[in-house]
Order: sequence, then C-alpha cells, then structure tokens
Amino acid sequence: MAVASFRREWGADALGIFFIVALGAFCALWGAAHASDRAFAVQMWTALAGFLAGGAGLVYCLGRAPGGAPATKYENGVVKAGVFASMFWGVAGFLVGVVIALQLAFPNIFYFPDFGWTNFGRLRPLHTSAVIFAFGGNVLIATSFYVVQRTCRARLAGGLWPWFVFWGYNFFIVLAGTGYLLGVTEGREYAEPPWYADLWLTLVWVVYLLVFLGAIWKRQEKHIYVANWFYLAFIVTVAVLHIINNIAIPVSLAGWFSYSLFSGVQDALTQWWYGHNAVGFFLTAGFLGIMYYFIPKRADRPVYSYRLSIIHFWALIFLYIWAGPHHLHYTALPQWAQTLGATFSVMLWMPSWGGMINGLMTLSGAWDKLRTDPVLRMLVVSVAFYGMSTFEGPVMAIRAVNSLSHYTDWTIGHVHSGALGWVGFVSFGALYCLVPWLWKKKQLYSNALVEWHFWLSTIGIVLYITSMWVAGVMQGLMWRAYNAFGFLEYSFVESVEAMHPYYIIRALGGALFFIGALIMAYNLWRTAAGGAPAHEREGDVPAIAVAAE
Amino acid sequence: MSYEQASHVAQTWGLVLLAGLFLGAVLYALWPANRERFNRAARTPLDDGEGDDR
Amino acid sequence: MWSFHKWFERHSLILLVGILVVVSIGGLVQITPLFFIESTIERVEGVRPYTPLELAGRQIYIREGCYTCHSQMIRPLRDEVERYGHYSLAAESMYDHPFQWGSKRTGPDLARVGGRYSDEWHRAHLEDPRSVVPESVMPPYAFLARADLDTANLGAHVRVNRLLRVPYSDAQMANAATDARAQAEPMGDAAYDFEQRYPGAAARDFDGDPARVTEMDALIAYLQMLGAGVDFETYQAEAPENRR
Repeated sequence: MAVASFRREWGADALGIFFIVALGAFCALWGAAHASDRAFAVQMWTALAGFLAGGAGLVYCLGRAPGGAPATKYENGVVKAGVFASMFWGVAGFLVGVVIALQLAFPNIFYFPDFGWTNFGRLRPLHTSAVIFAFGGNVLIATSFYVVQRTCRARLAGGLWPWFVFWGYNFFIVLAGTGYLLGVTEGREYAEPPWYADLWLTLVWVVYLLVFLGAIWKRQEKHIYVANWFYLAFIVTVAVLHIINNIAIPVSLAGWFSYSLFSGVQDALTQWWYGHNAVGFFLTAGFLGIMYYFIPKRADRPVYSYRLSIIHFWALIFLYIWAGPHHLHYTALPQWAQTLGATFSVMLWMPSWGGMINGLMTLSGAWDKLRTDPVLRMLVVSVAFYGMSTFEGPVMAIRAVNSLSHYTDWTIGHVHSGALGWVGFVSFGALYCLVPWLWKKKQLYSNALVEWHFWLSTIGIVLYITSMWVAGVMQGLMWRAYNAFGFLEYSFVESVEAMHPYYIIRALGGALFFIGALIMAYNLWRTAAGGAPAHEREGDVPAIAVAAE
Repeated sequence: MSYEQASHVAQTWGLVLLAGLFLGAVLYALWPANRERFNRAARTPLDDGEGDDR
Repeated sequence: MWSFHKWFERHSLILLVGILVVVSIGGLVQITPLFFIESTIERVEGVRPYTPLELAGRQIYIREGCYTCHSQMIRPLRDEVERYGHYSLAAESMYDHPFQWGSKRTGPDLARVGGRYSDEWHRAHLEDPRSVVPESVMPPYAFLARADLDTANLGAHVRVNRLLRVPYSDAQMANAATDARAQAEPMGDAAYDFEQRYPGAAARDFDGDPARVTEMDALIAYLQMLGAGVDFETYQAEAPENRR
C-alpha cells in the first residue's frame, strides 16, 4: 500500500524537480566551499538555503496530501501564489525606487561611507530588477497561467512543473537581488544577474515555455486566443534575448565575475537589442496579453477588432526587435545601424497605437462602466498611458530629439510613464480582477480603496513624469548652452544643482505611487482573507460569470 | 563584406521580402472567409466556462 | 481523434516557429554585419589592453554600478566635444568586455576623465564627494581605501580576456598579480618589468598609502587611463576606412 502511494505521488515531475534541486544544492555547496571571494560565498550559501528549502517543501507537500487534493478544473494554486508574489515584489520594488529617488534628492541622508550596500549604483539595479523582473515577471507568470487555462479550457499540464516555474523564478530573483547588494553584477542594464543566475533562469524559462505550450496542446478550443500569442511571443523572445545577450565566460567557476563574449560596439548593440526588447517583449507583449484578456473580460465585451489584433501582433513583434539602436544615437555605433533603429522606432508607433485603439475601443458602448468600476478604469487608463508613452518613444528615437533627450532624466520620465502608467496600472487592474475570482469572493473588500489607489497613483505618475520631463529638457539645454563669448555657459555640476527641486518632486510622485500600492496590498489581503465565498451568497455561480452569460 | 554589398541586398530583396510578409499578414487577417472564425475567437474570454470552477 | 489532436499541436508549433522567424530578422540584419563589415571599428594607434591593476579597477567600476550614472561615450556634438574632449571612437572600447558606454548622465561623462584631475582629488572625491564638489549627489566610496585588492585571481582574469581575443602576451598573463602590485607601488625590478610589459602605462601610488595595494589604487588607476590612449594626431577621421 505504501509503495503504491509512493509511486502515485512521486511521479516523473516530482522526481525531476527533486533531481534538479539536489544537483543545485550540490553545486551550491561546492561553490560555497571553493569560493574565491566573499560575495560569491554568500551567494552560494543563499543558493544552498534556497535549494534545501525547495527540497524540503517538495517532500512536505507530497507527504502532506496522500492521494493528492481533488483535482479542480483549473490549477489555481500557482496563480494565487503568483498574485501574492507580485504584490510583495511590487511593494518592495517601489520602496527601493522611492529610496533611490530620495538618495538623488538628499545625498547626505542615505549613504554610509563604510559600506557600499546602500549606494545608488547597487540599489538602482535592485530597483529595476525588482519592478521589471520580480513584480512584472510574477504578474506575467500568474496571469499567463490563468489566461491560458481559461482560453484553452484546459488545466495546466505537467503536475508540479508549474510550481517549479514559480519557485524557480522567484529563487532567481532572490539570488540576483541579494547579489546586487553585494556588488555582484554583469554591468549591463537589466542584464545584471551573474552567470550562474542566468543559467538557472534559462532552465526555469525553458520549463515555463513547455508548461505554457503544454496547456495549449491540451486545449479544447480550436483557435488559440490572441492573448496567448502575445504571451508566447513574450516567452520565446525573452528566451532568445536572454541567452544571446548573456553569453559570457566566468573567470572561475568559484567566482561571480564573468567577461561578456562581445566587447565594445558589438556588445553595445547586442545589449540594447536585449534592453529595448526587454521593454518590447517583457513589458509590452506580455502585458498586451493581459490587456487582451482582462479588458474584454472585465468590460464583458469581445475585443474591438480581432483582425486588428492579428495585424497588430505580427507588426509589433516584427518591428520592435529593430528598435534597439535608438539607444545608441550619435555613439560610436555605425550610422547605418542608428538610422535603421530610428526608422523602425518611428514605424513602431503604428502597431503600438493599433493595440491601444483595440484596447480602448473594446469599451465602445460600455463607457459608462468606467464611472462605476474603478478596476476597469485602471485597465483603460493603463492603455491610455501605453498610447502616450508609445507616442513619446518614437519621438525620442528621432536623432535630433535624441541629441537633446539622451543621457538626461527625460528618458527616466519616459520609461516611468510606460512602467508606472502602462505596466503598473494594467497589472493592478489584472490583480484586482484576479483576487476575487481566485478566492471566490463576490467582490473586492473595498471599491473606495481602489479609488484611493487610482487617484494617488495617477497624481504620483503625473508628478513623476512632468518633473522628469521638465528637468530632462532643462538638463539637455543647460549642457548645450553657450554664453555670449562662445563658451559653454554651465559647468556640469550646475546642471546637477538645478535638478534638486525636480528630484524632490519626483520622489514625492514615487512615494504617492508606493502608498497607492500599499493600499492595494491591504485591499487585496482583506478581500482574500475576509468575507464569505461568493457562491455561498449568490447561489453557486460567481457574480461575474452571471454577467458573462 | 562591405557596407555597400550589405545595403544593396537589404534595399532590393530585403525590401521585397518584408513587404510580402506584411501583405501576407494583412491578407490573412482581412480575408473574408476568416471573418466568422475570428468573430468566434474574439468571444473566447467571455465564455470560458467560469461557472464550473473559476 | 488522435491525429486531430496532433494537428492542433503542430498548429501551436507553427505559431512558435513563426514568432521565432519574425523576431529573428531584425536582430540578424542589425547585429551580424557589425562583426563582418570591416569599417565598424576604426584603425587607430594607441589603444592597448588594460593593465591588470586597471582591469581590477574596471571590475570595481562595474561592481559599484558606476555605469548607472556615468556614461563613457562622448557624442560628436559641439558642446560635448568642448566639454569632454574628442568624441569617442569604437576602437577605444574594443577591449571592453562588457562595454560601459552607459545611458545616463546623473554625473558627467568619464570617457576622457583620465589625467584631468590629480590622484589626490580622486581620492578625496571618492571618499567624500561633497568635500570637493559641494553640489554633488554621488555616494561616498571611502570603503575602497580600506579594502585590500585581491590580486590572486588577476591571472585568470587576463586569461579569460585572452580567450576573448584581447591581445595579452604569455608574460603579461603569467605576471598579472606582480604587475598589479608593481603598478600601484612601483619599486625595484618589478617596476622595471612592468614598464617593459606595459610601455607608457602610469605606475605610481594612486591611493597615497604606500604600505598597501587597495581597491582605491585600482579604481583610480582605471579612471586615470580612461580616454588617454588614442593618438588623435595620427587619427584621420575623414579617411575612407574610418567613415561609417
């Protein structure tokens, strides 16, 4: 009897994961024992703790539920975990953002001359990785697992493998994030994680792709819904970008430092091909997948034009990949590459607005819902911000504009109009939808708190992007200003001094956005924890489903 | 390889190939016979069996 | 029924392959020519591989995330050339694995900061930036002066660079650790050998602490050589092979 239950519980998935975890633990122990520097030793002990916790968790879960829980139609547990992780990392990432914004405004308060841990140069990658990869990545994993099951009417395949994706990805985040504080970095923006973390992510990502494809292969709908196209493009392209851009040779298998395969101008273009398409495929294609599911679902209307979504999809993924060189205008990159990058960036405006129109017009005939449903409003405003930042982007990719905007805080403002406005709001909207759906509640704990979140965040974003836009243009103009005698009018540090009030306004904007996220976390927590399940109050069918029929 | 050789290929065959790809995608999306299929596909998120188990 | 299902599977794989093909075109057309078109990197005199000490300094530059606030790429615009010096060439970063051109100037460009300030200024500035530039928002790096430089692995660093076709000699690889010490505390035969292996590289006590070779030594050695290499007297910007 015991043998039979052993066999049933320890399937190929559990054995495979156990093998990976055991191998990982062995490698981490080896690395910790042979570490050539202290930072690497700390990283390896962290990894070892992670692998041991993973193994213990696996054994505990399999031992706890003999025979397994009754199979529900869809795998919801991993989506719930993703929602929780998204909220956690969102709050953490926004907090680090506020801290580094304050560091630039008040440099005497937040620095400790005897330690490097809290210096801007180490916290900045922590902030960018926490918001893009930790917050954004968990939102994408959670929503993609949710959406692919519903639109394919199939349960996630692979038994425990979806859980491996979730925990493996978050383990990657912890390893990379703690590494940044120790100074472990590869020194290229958004590709900072060290070589061993990159290898681990590659493994996790391949499993993610297979789990996602597995659900599509099991599907009971003939057509693959367009949201899944965007998710698939996001997963596949990020894999390609990640692998090629991170090819590197470690100095030692027992040390964190590695040298990238490419150098100089080739490395610059490869990096910005990666960097720009981290925006294009991680922060755009994946979140468009969210848009194409959650806006129709929440508005209870089919997407405005399915045909437009097809053209929009192929045009977007084809054009985005070319746009990287606009990060390298007037640099030592050959000019033909710069021209290509600028041209395609301007063309990219069209599919971007195709997506925006498709998202916004889905509301046609249902605009009144914006007044009563703050969650839908958040989703729609995110699309408006998407339209705004994808208009600003092509403008900034024009060489003449870029000569002013590049290297200034205008770029930072632009990025945040997309990151806070588009990615942030569409994620918040999706999470506000998901929590009542997943925890089977009739509605959110408080719609009034959603209103507070919405307005605080919106005001925060406006403060952020206007202050950085004004400050960035000012910086650019000060750097190129000449006095009557034909000399440069300002020293560099005068432009730094002039930034002070704008840095304060920016920090205030970021703080409002952060407070909004705290309100959201509280609201979601109360929603999940409190109240009776929806079906106990409203018959056996959730309220949204009634509306959908 | 020189810049001139590379740009010649890009500006002739490359241009034709990419324009053809684009036309193909547009034709596929706008082909009248596909209309019904896409209309049905657009309703996928709205009838995704929420009643059974969300 | 089974073949029906298999067709679905194939369908999603066709989608997958289609996505791969479509997203590959742009990268292939833009990136691969950079490796094959000869004029991508200019031919210049004077760009040399980093000395082991400078290489270690560069590693600290990367570790501390200096690239998040400082660029190393001067654009060919009038104000930049007047403020920072000759615009940057691709050749000047051809040994940079990874490149550190940066994307943001919260602080000034550093592509030609070498030789602009004294070692003492750098030391004071790194230890407490606002002691020399009151308006600065830079973090302090006093801990670098107290951290002994780990030279044990420098040979391995040079070896990996050699694998990546940075032209280091056997002797440069074998003596990386001693060369690093000799550059920071130049004394006796070691200093002479260093001078032979890296002609023209500055050797002196960068951090003002003759008793130790610290991370401060390495970082200042790196900063002081930035942008000083190319001989712009012999560089012909308008020559056909340099026009890109």
